[in-house]
Amino acid sequence: MTAHTQGRVIPDRLTSPLARALRSWEALLLLVAVAIFIANSFASPYFLDPWNLSDASFNFTEKAMIAFAMAMLIIAGDIDLSVASIIALASTVMGAAALAGADVPVLVGLGLGTGLLCGAFNGLLVAGFGLPSIVVTIGTMSLFRGISYIVLGDQAYTEYPKGFGYFGQGYVWWVFSFELVLFAVMAVVFGLLLHKTNFGRATYAIGNNATAARFSGIRVDRIRFILFLLTGLCSGIAAVCLTSRLGSTRPSIGTGYELEVVTMVVLGGVNILGGSGSIHGVVIAAFVMGLVTFGLGLLNVPGIVMSIIIGLLLIGVIALPRLWRMWRK
Amino acid sequence: MSILKKALTTAALASVLLAGAAQAETKRIAIVVKALGIGFFDAAAKGAEEAAKELGDVEIIYTGPTDTTAEGQIEVINSLIAQKVDAIAISANDTDALVPALQKAMERGITVISWDSGVAKDGRLMHLNPSSSPLIGNTIIKLAADHLPEGGEVAVLSATSTSTNQNVWIEEMTKVLPNYPNITVVGTVYGDDLADKSYREAQGLMQTYPNLKAIIAPTSVGIVAAAQAVTDAGKVGQINVTGLGLPSEMAGHVKSGASQSFAIWNPIDLGYAATMIAYNLNTGKATAEPGAEIPMGRMGTAKLDENGEAAMADPFTYDASNIDQFSSIF
Repeated sequence: MTAHTQGRVIPDRLTSPLARALRSWEALLLLVAVAIFIANSFASPYFLDPWNLSDASFNFTEKAMIAFAMAMLIIAGDIDLSVASIIALASTVMGAAALAGADVPVLVGLGLGTGLLCGAFNGLLVAGFGLPSIVVTIGTMSLFRGISYIVLGDQAYTEYPKGFGYFGQGYVWWVFSFELVLFAVMAVVFGLLLHKTNFGRATYAIGNNATAARFSGIRVDRIRFILFLLTGLCSGIAAVCLTSRLGSTRPSIGTGYELEVVTMVVLGGVNILGGSGSIHGVVIAAFVMGLVTFGLGLLNVPGIVMSIIIGLLLIGVIALPRLWRMWRK
Repeated sequence: MSILKKALTTAALASVLLAGAAQAETKRIAIVVKALGIGFFDAAAKGAEEAAKELGDVEIIYTGPTDTTAEGQIEVINSLIAQKVDAIAISANDTDALVPALQKAMERGITVISWDSGVAKDGRLMHLNPSSSPLIGNTIIKLAADHLPEGGEVAVLSATSTSTNQNVWIEEMTKVLPNYPNITVVGTVYGDDLADKSYREAQGLMQTYPNLKAIIAPTSVGIVAAAQAVTDAGKVGQINVTGLGLPSEMAGHVKSGASQSFAIWNPIDLGYAATMIAYNLNTGKATAEPGAEIPMGRMGTAKLDENGEAAMADPFTYDASNIDQFSSIF
């Protein structure tokens, strides 16, 4: 027996957790984030200013709030492209209620409630009737925003009560805005939900093999429905923040956010085909996107160049680990 | 924190502030537009540069988002606040949504004015209209009516349904419609200032209204798309495309006959005037209050009304006789 195994090392365990963490996607992304941070602070004298960085955080906080739920949904093998339209509809409902004289708690409740209802509608069609999520949510993307356009047309709701401005413009302490704190709290909540609970493990299982998950006793449809509910709720939260920050509602509010959210999720290392990914990856990706757009903004780089750089970054971060593996072989 | 530390920090802070003040000899004026890559705004930036050269101590930052969204402009405004620019002159994608961000800019000592497409009163010191809205509203319908002695059906192809300026012009146009009894406006569609969508909307208009005689597009993107759609449908001579456009982009369509004539104010003058006003307000040479007259260099003075708005000049008509002369400028 000894003779046969000579010259060959049989591992008795996986590589150490530290080594795995260092080689992970998140480590690479963190490295990118740090590099961008350093490059930015050299490129512009205005970058390293707490208030400026605080202002910059608004570039990504609302999108990141949705990205957490979207990450779980994509890990489970679904996608929701209607999130930006849910923002528009929730914002329209809040605007109409504000005009009718509703106070702040009622407005927030309505915003979140509208998000939940939209999420439930998507979830029912996908998990209940077994329709493909990409088709359903492309449909509801037009539907939800379409309702806003019918209600508002070329008008705007601008009569929000004074206290409502806190969610998008208020500060909890020093430079830490309400949105930034909420972003951090949601990151922790979703991190725990995905990585520390049965629900989270079931999400991965469904994304890897829904049939196998079903046969091992996971209530697949119920979990998919709940994930759509969560995405709707998070879109509702983002709607409250964005509406408060803009102080007004137009049906075009949040246009194009869905793709930025998905970009954030994919940049964060979530497999677009489902089955793998992490919340901390999405958190780092949110910072990377925020830092890149803000840093380039300080240099007055035209927006189209920014889009190109984000695109290259996305392709680069996805291609690098694969190239690295090919090169090592 | 000890007293010494506090004193040192204060001293350090003060020196940083002083250094900042010493550097701030050249005024940095940001020209923020609806989106980059639009000929009209590039021309306005040219005018701003001209004003900067005339003033001498001015640096122009020409910037804007990729898409015509309020959210994108807020990101741009935040980065301009961070750079501590001296003045922001903005053509807004949304009247109301930019107000909180621009108020923050004003709180931090930045002179904020809007031009072309306005911001609500609370979000700026003053607004410079390229022309007066009633004049524009009248001009666009007159352009269509002048080539329709018999009258007929006309339709409007606008930008987005939320575009401040287009909506006002169409409203003003509707007010003077009774002066043109032969003309019927059959509908308004929105091309969102996107070439492909505007093209499809123009095609839709031709299919829906077979007797259509003219398309009025009060947007530089829409008018080109509509003229192209009319040309592709082989309806040159039957349907006249008019409205507001850029000479360089419309030259071909004026020569082919798809567009008999169109109007626009001079965007070079507009960028020039906005820069002059921003400079004069920032340096305290003028104050923005109702009735004030703010000098605009070679463009004369802007007289503010009670809403803090002023008009620059009348729109100018371009046709086959003068298109070549202007198409090389903007």
